[in-house]
Amino acid sequence: MPIITLENVNKSFSSLKVLKDISFSLEKGEVLSIIGPSGSGKSTLLRCITNLEKIDSGTIKIGDDTLATTNEKEEVVYANKQTLARIRLRVGLVFQNFNLFPHFSVLRNITEAQMHVLKASKEEAAEIAYQLLKKMDLSSKAHSYPYQLSGGQQQRVSIARALALKPDVLCFDEPTSALDPELTGEILTVIKELAQENMTMMVVTHEMAFARDISKSVIFMDDGVIIEKGTPESIFNNSTNKRTAKFLSRFSN
Amino acid sequence: MGKLVALMLSGTVVSLRIFFLTLLFSLPLGLLVAKGRMSKYKIVSSLVNGYIMIMRGTPLILQLIFVYFAPYYIFGSSTDRFTAVIIAYSINYAAYYAEIYRGGIQSIDQGQLEAASVLGFSKVHTFTHVVMPQVIKRIMPAMGNEVITLVKDTALAQTIGVAELFRVAQNASARQFSTMPIFIAGIFYFVMNAIVSKSFDLIERKLDYYR
Repeated sequence: MPIITLENVNKSFSSLKVLKDISFSLEKGEVLSIIGPSGSGKSTLLRCITNLEKIDSGTIKIGDDTLATTNEKEEVVYANKQTLARIRLRVGLVFQNFNLFPHFSVLRNITEAQMHVLKASKEEAAEIAYQLLKKMDLSSKAHSYPYQLSGGQQQRVSIARALALKPDVLCFDEPTSALDPELTGEILTVIKELAQENMTMMVVTHEMAFARDISKSVIFMDDGVIIEKGTPESIFNNSTNKRTAKFLSRFSN
Repeated sequence: MGKLVALMLSGTVVSLRIFFLTLLFSLPLGLLVAKGRMSKYKIVSSLVNGYIMIMRGTPLILQLIFVYFAPYYIFGSSTDRFTAVIIAYSINYAAYYAEIYRGGIQSIDQGQLEAASVLGFSKVHTFTHVVMPQVIKRIMPAMGNEVITLVKDTALAQTIGVAELFRVAQNASARQFSTMPIFIAGIFYFVMNAIVSKSFDLIERKLDYYR
């Protein structure tokens, strides 16, 4: 069963149609990159899947739970509270701007949700947090505060924070766009390592080389529409679509 | 001289009681008012906005007289003077604090609320653990101003006959045909406010562990 399924999802901001009839599915272990020009709806797509935006019509399923679906009266019905809570645990999100809690230490940023949502004990939560920090090569920063870290370090903390809830799928919303160019590498390395561990991921990115190297599949979006979905090979090297070719030509030189 | 200072200390106790009781009631009430002002229900937010307009748009001394005398004309009986002072001050200061809280709450980055939502925090947990701790830090300078004003505003309580510090000083002045007691009262207010500002400095420094 796919981890994420979208069927005919539409989303508008007032009169602007941002997502038009989006359908695709994401299988377990798949690493999917979403590429496309700015304003093509990539981030909105992620925000709909993580329930930060409400869709206008269509169906979104997370595993066997239905997040939202259109009923026979053409109204969008969202899942009830318990289902939403379950879905939230299954889908993690890493933001472009990290969105760490500045008043919490690095450790508490990672333990807070475990304790509040999963009702883990302080010790259990801390143990998981330390394991993740070690994996992120940040063991020494457990008691630092976010403002004391570089952008790349903050983003690694936010990845650890999302992983602490053991999500089925981790979504990344342009995870390197807010970073200085010399810091993007460390984040891309982390995502690559997660891919090698078969973590299911969905990455909205402007890093074309990265998308080509780590993805099992790539979606190219333009103007709210999925133009193509395929293997990196088929999108980057053999696309016959004009819009894809035009978009990629800007990166080839 | 010793007798005068003792008298004024007893007036200071009354002023301090007004001060602390007003803070005790107006700080939480202000938060409630701020939430009402930001309510998505138009009727609630306009009602609360009207209340804030009245509280900030009319003199505190008038509100004090109103709270003390209105029940007498409506119900034929009045509350005791001290209670009237606490009620009038609390609802007046709550309006000012509400606007300070609102500024603080609205300054919290939307992204943090989104992070809290994606992590599955409840609305209450997000408010108490993510929003408010940061709001408190941000509103400290503005709060300091208002709290210092409150110390001085306690002097208005004499309008309805509460013998706080300033009334005691004025009475002593009249008895002794000297303005000295009033200047001594000035020193008392100054010392109280020095303690208030020092306390705010300390709290601000304590909250300085993050940026």
